[in-house]
Amino acid sequence: MSTGNRKINLPYTQYTPIDEEKSSVPILEAVHVHKYFPLRSVKLFGPKSVVHAVEDISLALYPGRALALVGESGSGKTTVARLLARLYEPTSGNIFFRGNRVQSSQALKEYRHHVQLVFQDPFSSLNSIHNVRYHLSRPLRIHGQVHNEEQEREQVLSLLRRVSLSPAEQFMTKYPHQLSGGQRQRVAIARSLAPRPEVLLADEPVSMLDVSIRLDLLNLLLRLKDEEHLAFLFITHDIASARYFAEDTLVMYAGQSVEGGPTNEIIQQPRHPYTQLLVSAAPDPDRLGPRGQKAPPLPAKGEIPSLINPPGGCRFHPRCIHAKEVCRQRFPERTDLGGGRWAHCFLYGEDDTLSSNKEKE
Amino acid sequence: MSNEFVIAFSNTEGTKLLDIRNLSVDYAASSGTVHALNNVNITLERGQILGLAGESGSGKSTLAYAITRLLQSPAEITNGQVLYYPRSNAYGDARIERLTSITNKKNGSNRLGINGDAPAPVDILKFTPAELRAFRWSELSIVFQSAMNALNPVLNIGKQIDDVLKTHQPKLSPDSRKKRIAELLQLVGIAPDRMRSFPHELSGGMRQRAIIAIALALSPELIIMDEPTTALDVVVQRVILTEIMGLREQLNFSVIFITHDLSLLLEIADKVAIMYAGRLVEMATSIALQRQPRHPYSYGLLHSFPTLYGPRRRMMGIPGSPPDLRAVPSGCAFHPRCPCSVEACTTVIPPLRSSTPETPMQMVACLLYESSFNNCRELPTNTEFAAKYEAYYEALQGMRSAE
Repeated sequence: MSTGNRKINLPYTQYTPIDEEKSSVPILEAVHVHKYFPLRSVKLFGPKSVVHAVEDISLALYPGRALALVGESGSGKTTVARLLARLYEPTSGNIFFRGNRVQSSQALKEYRHHVQLVFQDPFSSLNSIHNVRYHLSRPLRIHGQVHNEEQEREQVLSLLRRVSLSPAEQFMTKYPHQLSGGQRQRVAIARSLAPRPEVLLADEPVSMLDVSIRLDLLNLLLRLKDEEHLAFLFITHDIASARYFAEDTLVMYAGQSVEGGPTNEIIQQPRHPYTQLLVSAAPDPDRLGPRGQKAPPLPAKGEIPSLINPPGGCRFHPRCIHAKEVCRQRFPERTDLGGGRWAHCFLYGEDDTLSSNKEKE
Repeated sequence: MSNEFVIAFSNTEGTKLLDIRNLSVDYAASSGTVHALNNVNITLERGQILGLAGESGSGKSTLAYAITRLLQSPAEITNGQVLYYPRSNAYGDARIERLTSITNKKNGSNRLGINGDAPAPVDILKFTPAELRAFRWSELSIVFQSAMNALNPVLNIGKQIDDVLKTHQPKLSPDSRKKRIAELLQLVGIAPDRMRSFPHELSGGMRQRAIIAIALALSPELIIMDEPTTALDVVVQRVILTEIMGLREQLNFSVIFITHDLSLLLEIADKVAIMYAGRLVEMATSIALQRQPRHPYSYGLLHSFPTLYGPRRRMMGIPGSPPDLRAVPSGCAFHPRCPCSVEACTTVIPPLRSSTPETPMQMVACLLYESSFNNCRELPTNTEFAAKYEAYYEALQGMRSAE
């Protein structure tokens, strides 16, 4: 892991968005995953109620590429990350790692070695009574990367250098309270890199950080993605940073996936009404001043529904300006829009007759 | 009844509302004094939206709390004035009498050269507790960042608005208070029948609306909003912002809007002040700032946000991290992170002044614009800033990989 021969990413150079060769086979795949959380019922013998947190999500992660998961809070983004990290067991559906279902506890340990999670809040994800070295040496030892003190020290130092914490020797003995938010998040990233994972699940990795540091950290993650070919799941509510970081995007609403495809095209031409809402709500400094060009009125009203008793059919229908009768009845099938894009919406060609008997659930 | 709250708003544009002069705030810490605010000068016009931007620790919130006199020990206002210009009597507002009586007591402030008929400005920092009580809420109110923490969880929102009305307008009858509460809730887009809802029964956006309703209760002249939408989702944020802009148009109050999200600020503010380590580094109209930021820090901050449109390219942000206020770098506090810094930056604290004679309203605190340090060189442009940052970034990368 020498840092000396690392390619320097020249700023202001164009991306190479899609590299065919490295994106051929998914490394991690979720197929029709559902997750319901049981609720303590209010009435002793009443019907059991559940939170429909994730409803039929399918996604695939490829080495050296990032998939952004975009949506409001409560849309189930974090639950998806935790399902993929196998912190939660899916209620139904399958998760494949390199084409295999992971079931035995031995396989699960192996799986966790390869798939690591980065949490949102570096202020609570590090243990305040342990120093940086402890945080980084634990995963190294647990996953059998090191066998003696000397190796451990070496590996910890190399991890710190990979996340650009220098001088690494000094950072090794520091405690979390001695570090700034950005430095903490770098330690958290270094920790997740310790078992040499192939997949990083980053749950809003920069949203707790200061603006000027965010970009620095995003660039660090980009470097890991491009140079070490890590597969990324990048969870964010900021659609602009999704565009900056990820090749592909999956938009979630209330536990359902509504649209997916190449990030840039989704932002330039959102097709699903919810994606249109998200894009038009994002701040845009080109709309200047209170008396300048007005922000366009939002194409929808209301707020995200409760997932205990979610609206039937497409869960966006109570807020959607295009809602039809059929939207209340059933969730639309995935419609292929070409160019790798798809959407779950009756606006785009799916047979919207009520009589169709493909009703979900 | 409601007419009492509706004020005639004609012909109020362009008059001064608030004048912050040389304001400094210190925090006494065991390891020494922390200068959280240093000689801040800002003027705010009536009906204007002033945006305050900067990283955490730059003193944005300290400034807001200093204006509202909410600072508590160990914070101490060591220097400066916050002059408030009450609305002139000509508009027939009952509140003015109260404030002019305050003004008269402190007479002598007329030396500031105010027009004959307009009431003289009053220094908020010199208010007695009673004056402060009369001033707060009816003239100035504040909206805090976290609505969940700002609302009382065991009182319903109607009761919490009622509290304000009861305290500040004791003469109002219970019926008219109730009418006013319904009116306020309607104003911010909450159905009046939610008056009896408790904070936990409302969504995040609704809670923030309730807070705004409380801030509006006495139709203040100035509302300070301290990151009012940071904890909210983008869609809710947009809705609330649209709401605030609409209300401002309707009621013509001024806003000091604090956020770290510069792209949002440029969209909504008339004037933007950028702070770094307790000092103002640049102040300009949002249009001027977006077109040509003058301070290297402003440029960096402006280019720290990935864009939605245009070519996708690698961006750099600002290298390094914000300074620890216990040990602020000497001279210009930004110099260790600045790609344009020269020798003199480490010793000289640049004053805030007009960047060029052509743009007197764009104030900047940077030696690049001081003729004594900059031998009449061309003013830096965006491309120049970009090139400087690029070179700086590359040098840093080189240093890192050399290690």
